[in-house]
Amino acid sequence: MRKFGLLLGGWLFYVSSLCAAIDPALLAPLAVDDSEKRIAAIAALAQAAPEAALPVLTALADESLAVAGERIVRLDGERVFDAASNREIAPPPAEREPISINNRVRRELAAALAALRLFSSEREVRWQAVQEVAASADAKMLPLLDKALAGETDPAIRNRLRLAHAQASLGSDDPAIRLGAVVALGESSDPKVRQLLLPLTEKRTETWVEADSAVRAAARTSLRAIEQRLAWADNLTRAFTGLSLGSILLLAALGLAITYGVMGVINMAHGELLMVGAYAAWATQSVFRAHLPDLLDWYLLAAIPTGFLAAALVGVLMERVVIRHLYGRPLETLLATWGISLFLMQVARTLFGAQNVEVANPVWMAGGIEVVPNLLLPWNRIMIIAFSIAVLTAVWAMLNLSRLGMFVRAVTQNRAMAGCVGVPTGRVDTLAFGLGAGIAGLGGVALSQIANVGPDMGQGYIVDSFMVVVLGGVGQLAGAVWAALGLGVFTKFLEGWTGAVVAKIIVLVLIIIFIQKRPQGLFALKGRFVDA
Amino acid sequence: MVRRNFVKTLPALAVSAAFALTSFGVRAAETIKVGVLHSLSGTMAISETALKETVLMAIDEINAKGGVLGRKLEPVVVDPASNWPLFAEKARQLLSKDKVAVTFGCWTSVSRKSVLPVYKELNGLLFYPVQYEGEELERNVFYTGAAPNQQAIPAVEYLMSKDGGEARRFVLLGTDYVYPRTTNKILRAFLKSKGVAEADIMEEYTPFGHSDYQTIIAKIKKFAGEGKKTAVVSTINGDSNVPFYKELGNAGLKATDVPVVAFSVGEEELRGVDTKPLVGHLASWNYFMSLKNPENEKFTKLYKSWAVKQKLPNAAKVVTNDPMEATYVGIYMWKQAVEKAKSTDVDKVIAAMGGQTFKAPSGFTIKMDEKNHHLHKPVFIGEIKADGQFNVVWKTPGPVKAAPWSPYIPGNDTKKGEPEGK
Repeated sequence: MRKFGLLLGGWLFYVSSLCAAIDPALLAPLAVDDSEKRIAAIAALAQAAPEAALPVLTALADESLAVAGERIVRLDGERVFDAASNREIAPPPAEREPISINNRVRRELAAALAALRLFSSEREVRWQAVQEVAASADAKMLPLLDKALAGETDPAIRNRLRLAHAQASLGSDDPAIRLGAVVALGESSDPKVRQLLLPLTEKRTETWVEADSAVRAAARTSLRAIEQRLAWADNLTRAFTGLSLGSILLLAALGLAITYGVMGVINMAHGELLMVGAYAAWATQSVFRAHLPDLLDWYLLAAIPTGFLAAALVGVLMERVVIRHLYGRPLETLLATWGISLFLMQVARTLFGAQNVEVANPVWMAGGIEVVPNLLLPWNRIMIIAFSIAVLTAVWAMLNLSRLGMFVRAVTQNRAMAGCVGVPTGRVDTLAFGLGAGIAGLGGVALSQIANVGPDMGQGYIVDSFMVVVLGGVGQLAGAVWAALGLGVFTKFLEGWTGAVVAKIIVLVLIIIFIQKRPQGLFALKGRFVDA
Repeated sequence: MVRRNFVKTLPALAVSAAFALTSFGVRAAETIKVGVLHSLSGTMAISETALKETVLMAIDEINAKGGVLGRKLEPVVVDPASNWPLFAEKARQLLSKDKVAVTFGCWTSVSRKSVLPVYKELNGLLFYPVQYEGEELERNVFYTGAAPNQQAIPAVEYLMSKDGGEARRFVLLGTDYVYPRTTNKILRAFLKSKGVAEADIMEEYTPFGHSDYQTIIAKIKKFAGEGKKTAVVSTINGDSNVPFYKELGNAGLKATDVPVVAFSVGEEELRGVDTKPLVGHLASWNYFMSLKNPENEKFTKLYKSWAVKQKLPNAAKVVTNDPMEATYVGIYMWKQAVEKAKSTDVDKVIAAMGGQTFKAPSGFTIKMDEKNHHLHKPVFIGEIKADGQFNVVWKTPGPVKAAPWSPYIPGNDTKKGEPEGK
């Protein structure tokens, strides 16, 4: 959407400036490999011919400006335009050397482009531009901001412009203007503004940086307000990352909560079922890439049932062939499923290679929503949280509302009794195991969006999954949910204090202590159901 | 009749059998075995698999031109599976069972440290093709990657320069093992010598294979918001780089605000990542695929056709990178040294290695130092482009001599610039 807006804006400018021309002498320094000269040329261009310069500068930012012989050309797909006259060159020149820029030029260029776009007729473009301008507003930009403020009608953009204006007038000679600016900046929640205000309250070599005491006091008040907002956003970030990790743990462990928690099968191949789901996502992506390139962005929707079915199929096979012969013998089950885990890993290695495969995020999962300047919620995390809630709801409904769910609960609570009243326990076991495996497959699809997909990926999650299920209390879905969320948030707050390496150690140690004190986990089933 | 015929043919049969046997025997004696010790599975496979391919490609190329000393090279490939103790086991197998003349292998410093005792004990020869932390100089090893003064120090100097953004605050982020720890120790001392305060340096480590970089990115954002211009120096290794760069892109941390310079991320590691949000982030290496010179053109073309011929996954889009170049240079320098020594004997080859030169794909004629077992290499700093390639924004005028004993670590000034021993 944002990109589209920019494109549209650029196009509008392009249309309106078709007839305008730029002096080639102004363009020439852009091709010189010297940052100073390039920056000067960008400023000169923006000054001399603001409208005609926009497509040229946009092309420079996109690295689609090139040198062809003597002149500078703009590349637009297969077509080539002369940058100075903006006329298409046909046939396109064969020899083209693209102009590439470095970060310093890119920074200046972004500021210059934002300044030009402030006057776009598209609201979306202006909104984008004002964010960019706010990042680099200084005294030099005051006339520009004044002009933009005079013509701006949108209240949200006006608000941002006023903040940028205040930021730019901090260096004014008039204490009254400075005071106004400092007070206005108190509304900001940008860490950069805090950086600007901080020096005003400090002494440097016995004299205050800010001479006027009223401005100093106002700066202190504004700083307090900004810092409060920042701290709030910080905690929110931490809670969100915790929630996100929790949702990932939950997706990884939910399948296990059914196979181990409900059925009592210690399934060491659980991690490999996640892997099957992730590879299913990759395979779906490959199929879409080869046959449905137009729908590539939506491959993930097709990957969800594929991942479920693939993992469920493997699960049903495992149960039918191996596990059903080992019910009630936990040690043998453990060994057998561990063997299956090694087997599945090797199969993946043989079929798909030992290297990780690339699973791309669809475009609609890239980027994020910026709530405030230092709180950005990435889309892929939001989607995974939503997905985990959906899966959880589906599993809960399956177990509590469906006939199969009732059978599963009946068999869990009292296998012999359930058999007596006509529940086909053998088939229920198979289906329940398949369900658990399929859910692990769904977890794998979700993991493919944030982690690496490779034959060994399951190994990284098996410990976490068991941790969640054991911590939550065996035989409980609710337990798994609370344990996953608790572990996620706790780990993230801990990581903030101690770093990732120590946090991992602390979490493991705490879990060992917890399990020693409370072997039944957070939630224990009460009642007379035990038939072990 | 039948018997006569049989008697007649018998000697012929015997002769041909004997001929076949001897020719087989001669052939077997003629090959020179070359060990390839790179992880083909596990967390490091993302980086090391391409190095195995490079060795095989170079061997194929050398064999096509008649081999070394008239003998063909025969690769012996093993997979230590990103498992450090297994590296030592596989190395021992290569040296004592397969009797390889030379080994090309290892990526992480921890794997190199794990095989060192084996190479010393059995007097083997190892070519190590990856940039590393220095602090080592072994007689049995030739280091064809960069020492800190050929990669890390120039990169940080660039970040502090006007074009690099004049960073005055640094995040040192790495995977938790010997290379990042030592490099960051050197960088910390270097930054201090440049007047950067202790409070302006943040050091963070993650375990191998770490995949959740949310907290760290949030921390970097906060750190960057607290003061002067900030830059990140990343020594993250292996497939953790994919989630790290994904998170970096999603979090909207742009290179124009907080540039990230990486020492273990090249074209190969970026293949699994959408590079559009990463434009402008940096890497420091001694070679980039985007360099324009005839040697590089030849090298990239060679590898591309090799990938197609071997049906490597995604063969149409394979890339070359610095450690691959270093591997390639290493194998040719070894060939030259063997030809000079007229033997594959380890001691003779070691003696012949010093002073070897090779016209490398980096565009420079690079030289193996006469004494310190390291190459003189040029340094390039590149910015990531939208297509996953690098745009060189800074380079040294010529090759730089390696300083394996960094002057920024106390006590190193007394260490000798050549390996101990025979």
